[in-house]
Amino acid sequence: MSASATRLFQRERLAENILHFCRVLRAAGLPVGPAKVIAALEAVETVGIEQREDFRAALESVLIERHDQQTLFAQAFELFWRNPRLIERMMELLLPKVYGRTPRTEAEAPLPARLAEALAPPRDADREACDQETTLDAAFTFSPREVLQSKDFESMTTAELAEVKAMIARLRLPLPELPIRRSMAANRGTEVDLRATLRAMASARGAVVPLAWRRRRRRPPPLVVLCDISGSMDRYARMLLFFLHAITNDRDRVHTLLFGTRLTNITRHLRRRDVDVALERVSAAVSDWAGGTRIGACLAEFNRRWSRRLLAQGAVVLLISDGLDSDVGHGLSAEMERLAKSCRRLIWLNPLLRYDRFEARPAGIRAMLPYVDDFLPVHNLESLKQVAAVFAQPRSLRRRAEMDFELGRRAA
Amino acid sequence: MTTPLPANVDAVLALLEQHDYFADRRLATSVFLALKMGRPLFLEGEAGVGKTEIAKVLARALGRLLVRLQCYEGLDTASAVYEWNYPRQMIEIRLAEAQGKVDREALASNIFTERFLIRRPILQALERNNGFAPVLLIDELDRTDEPFEAYLLEVLAEYQVTIPELGAIKAIEPPIVVITSNRTREIHDAIKRRCLYHWVDFPSAQRELAIVRRKVPGADARLSREVVAFTQRLRAMDLFKSPGIAETLDWAEALVALDRLALDPETVANTLGALLKYQDDIGAITPQVATQLVAEARAEAEAVGTP
Repeated sequence: MSASATRLFQRERLAENILHFCRVLRAAGLPVGPAKVIAALEAVETVGIEQREDFRAALESVLIERHDQQTLFAQAFELFWRNPRLIERMMELLLPKVYGRTPRTEAEAPLPARLAEALAPPRDADREACDQETTLDAAFTFSPREVLQSKDFESMTTAELAEVKAMIARLRLPLPELPIRRSMAANRGTEVDLRATLRAMASARGAVVPLAWRRRRRRPPPLVVLCDISGSMDRYARMLLFFLHAITNDRDRVHTLLFGTRLTNITRHLRRRDVDVALERVSAAVSDWAGGTRIGACLAEFNRRWSRRLLAQGAVVLLISDGLDSDVGHGLSAEMERLAKSCRRLIWLNPLLRYDRFEARPAGIRAMLPYVDDFLPVHNLESLKQVAAVFAQPRSLRRRAEMDFELGRRAA
Repeated sequence: MTTPLPANVDAVLALLEQHDYFADRRLATSVFLALKMGRPLFLEGEAGVGKTEIAKVLARALGRLLVRLQCYEGLDTASAVYEWNYPRQMIEIRLAEAQGKVDREALASNIFTERFLIRRPILQALERNNGFAPVLLIDELDRTDEPFEAYLLEVLAEYQVTIPELGAIKAIEPPIVVITSNRTREIHDAIKRRCLYHWVDFPSAQRELAIVRRKVPGADARLSREVVAFTQRLRAMDLFKSPGIAETLDWAEALVALDRLALDPETVANTLGALLKYQDDIGAITPQVATQLVAEARAEAEAVGTP
């Protein structure tokens, strides 16, 4: 290690530049460790720097691991190796000694948010919170993370939002697995595996052989997410989209639809692995951002056009909405009933539930509440984690959330 | 009795009609191409629009054996492709034991032979029947899960099944494959890519009338026209499940059984269960709506009846 480290620093400008380039990538969220930096140096040495394309391909082949990292790499490469002024600036920024001295200048081209952050770390007081490398190090960011977890999405600064974004990306929803009609070989199975047993018998020359067993496989049910993006949900919607992107790419059979005044299926867009590319496509596809809400009409459209296609195999539905309906619950209750009856479990996530004195007053909420199985808050990271916990606990009987909610209120 | 494959789209139309299936030209073209190019035909559409029927009619019209694979969740190779006959294998082992012949190699190669193989639909479809490849109907593919779809990819690409103990079994002549889906979930693009896709829509009034006249010959000409006009109007309404052709035929038969010669609002209300299968939809046809629809249907039937 020390030999390679000295070798690394003996290289002059190019080596230094590559090192800084790697640090930029790391700051932007790519997993670029020291081993990769060394590999990058070796690759560049082997290929040479005469041809820009070769140089780029050499770096790319060493530094990225997945297709979705390609976009970010391409942007970073263009910025870093074309604009010398930017390099200098960035080098100043990244060297700890000159930290904070540099004035923040505007880059010529609009930078993608992650790169911009990587190139210019925040200069304000809460720098301690964000360590100079934005990659989250458990040892250093433990306490700020705790703070962030209970903070409302609505009151977060940009820096905090960025950090929450990174945490959400690692959040997993442990849906309870359901038995399916397929089986697998298992030592303590429930069905006799005749085929395996017979094969054993044949090779045991007809002697007595122990039975081979199989048991049912299990797999998580499909998940359908219906997310409200009307004006009243606007502030949460951004965070929720990161959440949706994370859970859509976590497993197969996740379908996501957004609704405000109309319903849009954004599953295909969210399948893009790179979160920025995915959200760009989503915003291009959706035309009713931050407008009114017609929950009843949108649910009706879902029930008619999508429910038979998406809810067929015991799907769990996640409805994210504040329940404030500008149609004032017109036809809402009937559509909710149909939705509840055609899915395995209906979970309503409502950001308004964070208020202690929340009461199911608005007509929309009253119309929807009787049909949901779980009614949970969704306004900060902690509540998103709670959602994950609810998924993990199996329920044999559908318990109506309204009952829980009323009981909880009475107890309080 | 085997009929040669039709030579053009018109021949397909004529052949299907001869066997009581009134296809529109688009469907006939897809069928013709599927036969000509040897590609599977992928039919998607609402329930009851005659997707399954096309495979049955094709088998009948071409004089081929129809092999039907009804899909369901968890469908596996044991019920779709082949299975070993375990009881017989066990007896074979016991017999060998009783005779004192316990040569291990011979026994293993003896019990895993074609004699003990139970052929399920897909394997059956790879074999010729009377010298001709059968029609393989894979019905409601959307009901299975993704692993079976993935398995099907191999079968559809190579028309070949691999049995570990026996080796690969390949079709001498690929079967005529018809796949149907009700779209309760999207079938993977990889399957669709290998097939000719056709969306089976509700029929036009004219075609539906021809179907009703052919399939329910007992119905009065005027009643048939009214039934078709009424159903076509229902489909234009905002219903959860629009009635398919199967429902129209059921309803026409129900009306014949009740000895009706024309529609009236009361009969409609009493027999609506043959057409609509959701309580909400039935509830949407209030007496007023029913009266109005019947009046419109009668007017239309009248207009067509007196040219």
